[in-house]
Amino acid sequence: MTESSANKPANGEVCHRPKNGIKPGRNGFVKNHHHYHHQQPKHCYPEDKAQHTSYNGGLGLYNRPFNESFEETPLLVAVLTYMGYGILTIFGYLRDFLRDWKIERCHIAREREEQRDFVPLYQDFENFYTRNLYMRIRDSWNRPICSVPGAKVDLVERVSHDYNWTFDYTGRVVGGVINMGSYNYLGFAENTGYCAEAAAEVTMKYGVGVASTRQEMGNLDRHEEMEALVAKFLGVESAIAFGMGFATNSMNIPALSGKGCLILSDELNHASLVLGARLSGSTIRVFKHNNMQSLEKMLRDAIVHGQPRTHRPWKKILILVEGIYSMEGSIVRLPEVIALKKRFGAYLYLDEAHSIGALGPAGRGVVDYFGLDPRDVDVMMGTFTKSFGAAGGYIGGRRELIDYLRVHSHSAVYATSMSPPVVEQIITSMKCIMGEDGTTLGRERVKRLAENTVYFRRKMTEMGFIIYGNSDSPVVPMMLYLPAKIGAFGREMLKRNIGVVVVGFPATPIIESRARFCISAAHTKDMLDTALCVISEVGDLLQVKYSRHRRLPSLDRAFDHSIYDEIQD
Amino acid sequence: MAWVEVPGQEKVLKPLLNTVIILGLIKCANFSPQAPAYHLILEGILILWIVRLLFSKTYKLQERSDLTEKEKEDLIEEWQPEPLVPPVSKDHPSMNYDIVSGPPSHNIVVNGKQCINFASFNFLGLLDNERVKQKALASLKKYGVGTCGPRGFYGTFDVHLELEDRLAKFMRTEEAIIYSYGFATIASAIPAYSKRGDIVFVDEAACFSIQKGLQASRSFIKYFKHNDMEDLERLLKEQEIEDQKNPRKARVTRRFVVVEGLYINTADVCPLPALVKLKYKYKVRIFLEESMSFGVLGEHGRGVTEHFGVNIDDIDLISANMENAVASIGGFCCGRSFVIDHQRLSGQGYCFSASLPPMLAAAAIEALNIMEEDPDIFSVLREKCEQVHKALQGTPGMKVLGESYAPALHLQLESSSGSRETDVRMLRRIVDYCLEKQIALTLARYLDKEERFLPPPSIRVVVTVEQTKEDIDRAASCIREAALSILK
Repeated sequence: MTESSANKPANGEVCHRPKNGIKPGRNGFVKNHHHYHHQQPKHCYPEDKAQHTSYNGGLGLYNRPFNESFEETPLLVAVLTYMGYGILTIFGYLRDFLRDWKIERCHIAREREEQRDFVPLYQDFENFYTRNLYMRIRDSWNRPICSVPGAKVDLVERVSHDYNWTFDYTGRVVGGVINMGSYNYLGFAENTGYCAEAAAEVTMKYGVGVASTRQEMGNLDRHEEMEALVAKFLGVESAIAFGMGFATNSMNIPALSGKGCLILSDELNHASLVLGARLSGSTIRVFKHNNMQSLEKMLRDAIVHGQPRTHRPWKKILILVEGIYSMEGSIVRLPEVIALKKRFGAYLYLDEAHSIGALGPAGRGVVDYFGLDPRDVDVMMGTFTKSFGAAGGYIGGRRELIDYLRVHSHSAVYATSMSPPVVEQIITSMKCIMGEDGTTLGRERVKRLAENTVYFRRKMTEMGFIIYGNSDSPVVPMMLYLPAKIGAFGREMLKRNIGVVVVGFPATPIIESRARFCISAAHTKDMLDTALCVISEVGDLLQVKYSRHRRLPSLDRAFDHSIYDEIQD
Repeated sequence: MAWVEVPGQEKVLKPLLNTVIILGLIKCANFSPQAPAYHLILEGILILWIVRLLFSKTYKLQERSDLTEKEKEDLIEEWQPEPLVPPVSKDHPSMNYDIVSGPPSHNIVVNGKQCINFASFNFLGLLDNERVKQKALASLKKYGVGTCGPRGFYGTFDVHLELEDRLAKFMRTEEAIIYSYGFATIASAIPAYSKRGDIVFVDEAACFSIQKGLQASRSFIKYFKHNDMEDLERLLKEQEIEDQKNPRKARVTRRFVVVEGLYINTADVCPLPALVKLKYKYKVRIFLEESMSFGVLGEHGRGVTEHFGVNIDDIDLISANMENAVASIGGFCCGRSFVIDHQRLSGQGYCFSASLPPMLAAAAIEALNIMEEDPDIFSVLREKCEQVHKALQGTPGMKVLGESYAPALHLQLESSSGSRETDVRMLRRIVDYCLEKQIALTLARYLDKEERFLPPPSIRVVVTVEQTKEDIDRAASCIREAALSILK
């Protein structure tokens, strides 16, 4: 895998580029890509965040259309957004002033008297944002629920009498809210049915804890069984599982990479990947989001120039990418990443937190979606939290890799192993997706999710919202831009019994506040129609139908129920 | 002769131009109106030569060192990366895990052998407690297993709020915050407060998750000798002198002391009252990791603060996991709201991770109920600990590390063979011998290369309330036999 010469013939066109970096025009997408590269800068409003499409020409690396759109921010909206933040900041300073002079009541928890002369625990500006911006719309987050996080969810009603500084629970329940927020892609968040029953049985047999680490006395037979199943599901030689998805990244990347190694990381990678890379002590360079030219340039420069100052060659290069980016809804350009990593002899770490189960004809993630060979990805990482309705994370790959991790993973040595009922949930839900339970229920869920996604995205685009991301991604970010609309959208939707996630700075760039919908296989067509209807209504109310392309960019194909059949082999 | 200094040309051209100019000057000096024709021709050629030099395409010296595309391609072809991971031999001591079939409770089946468990941190025996299981089951029937989201995005369940409330009440603090993974608790909490430029004083024996938290914080780390308050004070004094030199910087440099209540690596307790004194003297904040002592020490199991009778408000942050005494999964931090609430936006493991499965939170609540209803359980545990500690004394060739009331002791070799590998192998043989005799023990595992101060190899002996006097005597005699036959 590391010998680039051996792979050259297999890599197709990507390897044989003319020296000036401009690729032959026959591959339509590549041209577009070049184009895209110039138009991507995030804060250049007059420029267009172009439509970005690849065609299935038979010559390219893609076996299916790859539609990813990031419509530009309208200039007026951009200006208004900055003004919005400006006004909020001015009022923030004003109110801080009033609080300082005790004119306005201050709700902030204070340092103990005894410790007043200590160095302040927080810097003042650190909490300015929290105090003056976040607090205004704090009710949009952390909404407590009191039911299964399924297609419909019951919320605990809470009110605030002091502008969100504290919440009171009324004791009432807001029932039957359509849940567009949970990562319940395949609808396995269930309290009845085969998975829940099996988990219940294991709870009674094993209890919920383990009270030891994998290497000491916490390696249960169920863990081994689950890992074998995960490996089979992924199509890799071996797999190892951990109790927390976040920690799977942050505690295993340091085992794979170290000083003298280079990590190339996508700019929008999840915090856990960033933390893992940082803890590894490797040099980290960040390439533009999903931008293959940026990645290629970095790979080329890294190998040609070696390490900074010493100019020694890098020991190894690890590329960190995610399958689906949870805030953008974009899908990694995996065929190109694989071609690049083969060409340059780098290793690929693929985080499938959102894509495993949610993409591909068999629900096996982004590798399956593109019809690639899982052996081309060196480290297949993913989580059980989302599609499987459980908790934890896994790493799959070649036997040597997993053996090494079994010995050297921080998690295997120091962290308590996974809870048995959670393991059982993973085993049963995974078997269901694989059809090993003797039914086609799992397959139907995967198909249903793909259908729901395409349907929902198409309708949203038709209604004139700016929707980011790939047309097949079940994560659907909808742009709100203005800070005031973050809170308003969340509240108006909840009033109409739809639970959505809204996100603003710092999770997104300051101007690109958005709402995010997560499509689930558990959503029925009725639910989606209800939700769409409400979204449209609130969209009109808040005037967030920003899109100026009142057309159907490449999504304009009749919905095809056999969407996946075309690439089945 | 300013015209000679054409940028970019000077390096190559200067000598040439100089020659030409000198020639020209000689010519001028010898100038005579009756110059022969060949002179004029020569001068004409020279002038043309100068003009040519001036207008010819420049080339830079450094351009020569630039790589051509071909050379770059060659470099790329030539580069041989190291393998992603080095090979691991099949008989590496940590390669083959012991397999536990069935629940890892008091009676445990290890590698097919029915044993008595002296290895799992199930101190209070709550792991297979019927009440805990029933509560977990009821929760499963209501909420399912997973939460499908982080706390911020519909991942907060009423059970989480209840557990946080209960933990805060149990510990008698203002607020508690739960994490979905024990390891991530302190590892996320430290970098939420301590940033680049801040200073953290840490005990050398601090556990691995503290070390990772410190690494993530990018603060200055100063290690003091294990439980040595004089050494800590020395460092604090040094820092004080340093601060006087630069008071402006000192005003914004936060200082923390991070210690464990009961050290997992040494099984001894930190001198908390002395620490609190130092805290106020030098104005440092104390972070206390209580994974081993929560639900163990103190009359009501509140940990090392209760054990020493220290006011819990004097400790800035307490963290513990719910994976040992509580026998569930996850961890929590507690303290004053002023401190704890900050983690809800800044604790990475809290914000960016899926929340704790509600059934595990429900199990933890029930465990707290049991602990509150029956505080005698802690004195029973203490008794057992003392029994085990006493029974293990005098094991030939081995020494017991830890306080008499510590529930997880270390058995180390009295004298090392000189090689860690041999020591580990010998200890492993003792563990295997005991496994044969139906006593489940385990080696304390470490990442040898990653630990800041690697503890010597040891066998972990864990005490639980379920172990009877006979179990303990059997285990002790079994270990003695093993030590006799293996260590000689």
